[in-house]
Amino acid sequence: MTASKSEALLELQGISKRFVQRADVAEKLTAKLTGNGKGADRVVHAVDHVDLAIRRGEVVGLVGESGCGKSTLGRVITGIHPSTEGVMRWKGKTESEMTGEERHAMRLAVQMIFQDPMSSLNPRKQVRDIIGEAPLAHGLIKKDDIDSYVEQVMQRVGLDPTYKMRYPHQFSGGQRARIGIARALAVQPEFLVCDESVAALDVSIQAQVINLFMKLCHELNLTFLFISHDLGVVQHISDRVVIMYLGRVVEVAPTEELFKAPNHPYTKGLLSEIPRIATQPREFVPIKGEIPSPLHPPSGCHFHPRCPYAMDRCKTERPVLKQIGTNRWSACHLNDADNKPAGNA
Amino acid sequence: MNTSTRSLLLEINSLQTWFDTRAGTVKAVDGVDLTLARGEILGLVGESGSGKSVMGYSIMRLIDLPGRIVGGSIKFYGEGTQNEDLVNATSDRMRRLRGSHIAMIFQDPMMSLNPVLRIDTQMIEAIQAHAKVSNKVARDRARDMLGKVGIPSPEERLQAYPHQFSGGMRQRVAIATAMLNKPELIIADEPTTALDVTVQAQILYEVRKLCRESGTALIWITHDIALISGLADRIAVMYAGRVVETGLVRDVIAAPRHPYTAGLMGSVPSNNPRGKPLRQIPGMTPSLSNLPKGCAFAPRCERATVTCQQVPQESPVGAEHKVRCFHPIESIPAQSRHDRIKV
Ligand SMILES: Nc1ncnc2c1ncn2[C@@H]1O[C@H](COP(=O)(O)OP(=O)(O)OP(=O)(O)O)[C@@H](O)[C@H]1O
Ligand SMILES: Nc1ncnc2c1ncn2[C@@H]1O[C@H](COP(=O)(O)OP(=O)(O)OP(=O)(O)O)[C@@H](O)[C@H]1O
Ligand code: SF4
Ligand code: SF4
Ligand SMILES: [Mg+2]
Ligand SMILES: [Mg+2]
Repeated sequence: MTASKSEALLELQGISKRFVQRADVAEKLTAKLTGNGKGADRVVHAVDHVDLAIRRGEVVGLVGESGCGKSTLGRVITGIHPSTEGVMRWKGKTESEMTGEERHAMRLAVQMIFQDPMSSLNPRKQVRDIIGEAPLAHGLIKKDDIDSYVEQVMQRVGLDPTYKMRYPHQFSGGQRARIGIARALAVQPEFLVCDESVAALDVSIQAQVINLFMKLCHELNLTFLFISHDLGVVQHISDRVVIMYLGRVVEVAPTEELFKAPNHPYTKGLLSEIPRIATQPREFVPIKGEIPSPLHPPSGCHFHPRCPYAMDRCKTERPVLKQIGTNRWSACHLNDADNKPAGNA
Repeated sequence: MNTSTRSLLLEINSLQTWFDTRAGTVKAVDGVDLTLARGEILGLVGESGSGKSVMGYSIMRLIDLPGRIVGGSIKFYGEGTQNEDLVNATSDRMRRLRGSHIAMIFQDPMMSLNPVLRIDTQMIEAIQAHAKVSNKVARDRARDMLGKVGIPSPEERLQAYPHQFSGGMRQRVAIATAMLNKPELIIADEPTTALDVTVQAQILYEVRKLCRESGTALIWITHDIALISGLADRIAVMYAGRVVETGLVRDVIAAPRHPYTAGLMGSVPSNNPRGKPLRQIPGMTPSLSNLPKGCAFAPRCERATVTCQQVPQESPVGAEHKVRCFHPIESIPAQSRHDRIKV
């Protein structure tokens, strides 16, 4: 969006991903007998018409409620899930416009660090092979160099290199998360999707990994899509932030502006809840009203059942993502001149 | 909350859990002392790899060979039990305690979930393993609990398989399952790492309610210092298999006395200028199979002296505030404490 076509490294246009959860026989039968209509297949609109362009060397933070489709979007970008709809361009080309070689290069250049390291690491392989196999297979290193290469990558993410002969189950949660990071970095990617990659690390090691990411970004022009619920971390490292709500992008803005002056009512609510370090016990408040479900997304603006500014129009009309300033986009009817609420800029 | 005036639920003394590996013995937990009162919430923080999860598994007695509890005791004063040492409990006894009296929410939610069973099957099973109730009652309870942890459309989601959930939803199912039988003790191992603040607040609301209403005690393992500062009564900080500092949350966070704890506070992103490299504790995490003699933090500690080649013992530095350090950071007057943290 902010980047013009030519300079975008990755460009998404109207990308959607839907999952169909088939009703089983028993459900269909009960539905028929009771006539309550619950026997139909359930469709989850995990990602719903997302437009996004990311420049080389940019760090884009991706934030949104649990279950809003962040990991799914990451998986579509890295080619793990095919998209249901939409167009994706890598260096200006769609997959069908690429040669076999280019497609292969893209698969290697775009890497994902998975949210759930345990299920993405082969339990029967030693860490040395988990990290070293891909770079060897792709000719990035020679067979004789594998040990020193693996040791060097392990050290960069704060893992003790003497652990390289261990299997994944012999590591702590945070150590496993770092194996996932090391594996992705080892193939020298150009674009990295980090899915909650530092959430399992203590703040000092988290600092080491974040500093490493920022260094790679500056020195090698590595590009990041950084998925995180930790707004402190997102604020620290991102150039731009993308806010998602129930499968849709609702706001895109440069980090500093977003934190200073959020536009979308969902973003406003989110930022007001950033937990700060306290020396008093905090009261935790339950979510008011019902949490909307991606199985039955609310009509119109998905956020309207929870939005303090919702108008009639919001219940029926989907707000489109519109430019509201330099590099700033938001999907809210309030940005239409005639809908400005009184006393609220 | 003063442990001595409240009724004691858990008392861990000199616990040691080691793993034999080809490269040597990994002393994952090496002399941990901890107490927990009924209804109390203890925040357990510390270096990645310092033994927090292994301590949880030890209480649950889920340590498999080549790991073993080589020393110490875990006294559990549960309902209808007296002075029971879990280290010596039979596996039959442990099976009865797990899920009903003591529950653990594992760091990796897939450790609590069976990938080939639907969520309703798993949750109903968890209820019926400890209570004689009908399928209908169990199912209703499971659905209500899913709703309480913020899963939308809980009725329909009950029929899904774990892989059809997002990472944070899987975590919430694991939390809901642990709360089902209102156990006396829940060990929660980083249960909310993938949850946004809104859903987190919803869960913490329910968890605290359970603690207040049912007297459930909680060990909450986390790296999120902001979260634990608002939730816990007391905090314990682990480094290299030992608890190096414990105390009331406000004391430890406002004025950490152990150099490692102080280093941790300095690395929190909101305590650092934006876009600049974050402060990290210098040096590397020590290898647990080859720990330095004396204080394990010494190679990274700017206060270290020759004395630190001895093992520091736990010593009090204030009311309910203890550290394992020969040269703890000086206490600062309560007045200026608030300047040190951002609230
Ligand atoms: N393989 C799948 N089959 C069916 N539904 C799925 C599948 N993967 C994800 N979903 C659904 O898609 C929605 C989005 O999931 P996703 O994992 O992308 O969320 P997320 O934003 O990453 O959440 P979290 O922060 O909790 O990790 C959820 O409702 C989830 O249940
Ligand atoms: N099966 C095993 N064999 C050998 N070493 C192990 C095994 N399990 C754990 N360890 C080691 O024991 C130490 C403590 O692990 P533990 O999982 O308790 O750490 P943790 O404090 O929970 O860390 P994290 O915050 O990263 O989850 C780690 O250094 C780990 O490498
Ligand atoms: S479009 Fe309407 S409901 Fe949606 S965020 Fe804007 S004001 Fe609120
Ligand atoms: S005992 Fe010595 S080395 Fe250890 S933390 Fe204290 S001052 Fe530092
Ligand atoms: Mg996710
Ligand atoms: Mg752990």
